[in-house]
Amino acid sequence: MSLLQIAWRNFRYRKVSSLLTTFSLALGVALVVLVLAIYGIITDAFRGNSAVSYNLVVGPKGDPLQLTLNSVYYLSQPIQNLPYTDLMEFFSAKQRAEAVRLYGGSQALGEKGGKYSRFVADGVVIPLALGDYVDQYRIVGTTPDFFEKLQHGPEVDKPFTFRDGRNFQIFSEENGYFEAVLGSRVAANLKMKVGDIFYPTHGDPEGKGHRDAFRVVGVLDPTGTPNDRAAFVNLEGFYLMEGHANPVDKYPEDMVDGEAPSGVDPDGNEIRPLSIPEREVTAILVRSGGLWGAQLMNMINEGKDAQAAAPVGEIHKLLSQIVGPLLTALIVITLITCVVAAMSILVGIYNSMNDRRRDIAVMRALGARRDAVTAIILLESLLIAIIGSIAGWLLAHAAIWIASPFIEDHTGVWAGFFKVSKYEFLVLPLVLLLAMLAGLLPATVAYRTDVSRNLAA
Amino acid sequence: MLEIRELKKSFEQPGGGRLPILDIETLSLAAGEQTVLIGQSGGGKTTLLHLIAGLLTPDSGSIKIGGTDITRLSESGRDRFRAAMTGYVFQTFNLLPGFTALENVRLGMSFASGKHQPERALALLDRVGLAERAHYRPGQLSVGQQQRVAIARSLASRPKLLLADEPTANVDPASSQTVINLIRDTCGEDNITLLLVTHSMELASQFDRVERLETINRLYVAPGTGDAAARI
Repeated sequence: MSLLQIAWRNFRYRKVSSLLTTFSLALGVALVVLVLAIYGIITDAFRGNSAVSYNLVVGPKGDPLQLTLNSVYYLSQPIQNLPYTDLMEFFSAKQRAEAVRLYGGSQALGEKGGKYSRFVADGVVIPLALGDYVDQYRIVGTTPDFFEKLQHGPEVDKPFTFRDGRNFQIFSEENGYFEAVLGSRVAANLKMKVGDIFYPTHGDPEGKGHRDAFRVVGVLDPTGTPNDRAAFVNLEGFYLMEGHANPVDKYPEDMVDGEAPSGVDPDGNEIRPLSIPEREVTAILVRSGGLWGAQLMNMINEGKDAQAAAPVGEIHKLLSQIVGPLLTALIVITLITCVVAAMSILVGIYNSMNDRRRDIAVMRALGARRDAVTAIILLESLLIAIIGSIAGWLLAHAAIWIASPFIEDHTGVWAGFFKVSKYEFLVLPLVLLLAMLAGLLPATVAYRTDVSRNLAA
Repeated sequence: MLEIRELKKSFEQPGGGRLPILDIETLSLAAGEQTVLIGQSGGGKTTLLHLIAGLLTPDSGSIKIGGTDITRLSESGRDRFRAAMTGYVFQTFNLLPGFTALENVRLGMSFASGKHQPERALALLDRVGLAERAHYRPGQLSVGQQQRVAIARSLASRPKLLLADEPTANVDPASSQTVINLIRDTCGEDNITLLLVTHSMELASQFDRVERLETINRLYVAPGTGDAAARI
């Protein structure tokens, strides 16, 4: 028989004690794995989704982290709004003239390019308007470009695809300005499908309901990003909802009317898109062309009204300043838990040493060397550690798997049974090391066992 | 096969000082010889067996087994020597309770390097009439059967010297003779030198050679004729 077989026999012979010790260790390991998995989910949720296909988020002056959280993750409250003219600073002269022609506004706006337009000539500029909800989910007013020009995924190379339907249009004959696309989780949880309508509520999930209904024309495939938990509506429709027009005291003297097609409100009245002075945006997603990002960011931040934040940098700061210390705390808890779990091995084996002394003496009498009986005890400790670690890992991942719909719903992070945090790979070696240390004391007792005395006892 | 010369052993006393136990001028056993050692309870018989097995070290003197003076070996050297050369049958059998009869026998050969032979373990159990109980645990065997398993285990590593410490003390009288016959027969068949300790005169009378510890141990003082404290 090998030493491992002998150790396994000992484990099985004292099965109640061994299993209780193993179970105790498994609970400890499960706790550690859960803690690490939760940390992994948190960091994945932020770090993974900070890889977006734009490099700047522009919004009103305030906390750049808050701006990032509400415009990238749809968390926290929007700071304030920016006038639409700030968005037009990213437009070329031609785009500005087209905006004035369609929506109406100061004719002078269309006569020159925006001051940031040269930075985004080959880039992307997408406005966001936030503040409304459907059920508990954020409504994001934006343009069709959101799904046509942005990508997602770890390498930011996956285009948005539709499980059902299509992208919304700025204006369609059948739905006017009121088309919407739902994130996969929103559609699943609200049991909504293409063709359904919904009435946004204002300000918060329990806020006052708008009278204007949006018709769902598309449902996105899951992306594993916060976009799964948002309902995207046409920005023009968003503007046309009651109370969304920015009150204008005095229109510009060179104001021209817009030529965009008219729609109808819930009362059947003809409505036209808001004019430029009535429009606001909550944030602007910007992908600058070339290597202009830093310069553009500085220029915007030097202005008095708007700020530009780099989502990756903000999330890095969040992770290092908040989640970093949290990780340290978690690691300390993990270490303590591992030590407590290892102590259970020590106590379990040590308590059985009185019964084992005779067995050890017999083995020594049969020719086992001191190091062999020591190794048997250490192997038994390792067996408990390995079985306990595997059981604990399975226990934790079963719990994560059971909770995965809830986790995905709330974080957008998929947490399947086999999704393993890199930190988990440290648990097994750590537990094995601690188990070896825990086994040292009883192993020393085994090493020092007085053979003659214990045989004669 | 076994040569003991000027062997002395004492134990430390709890109150200080040392209590001498053994002082043997000489004891020799030829290869294949079967010898019974008798003596009073607490007389040092088990201590002598433990010294021969290398489980204890003497204060002085030599113990040569097959020409090797085990008192000159390191502890691990004695362990290896014991695993290869010496079999031991205990008074209380000392089978490991968590192991089956077969595993207990295999354990006997596990610690002698290169001697993992399950078929030999089964053959030994067959030899002691317990092949059909190979997968029974000690608790599922009778006392006599347990001692037979212990005998099979002691022979597992093909020892040249078998030390049996009162092997029938815990066996019922009916099984006692079976156990003795088994030990003597197997030792005779394999030319194993046997040193069997007992305090039973009836059992001792079956052996050609009987040694009395009181005779070979120079520390022995007959009751009422000397200092009791110095006695064993």
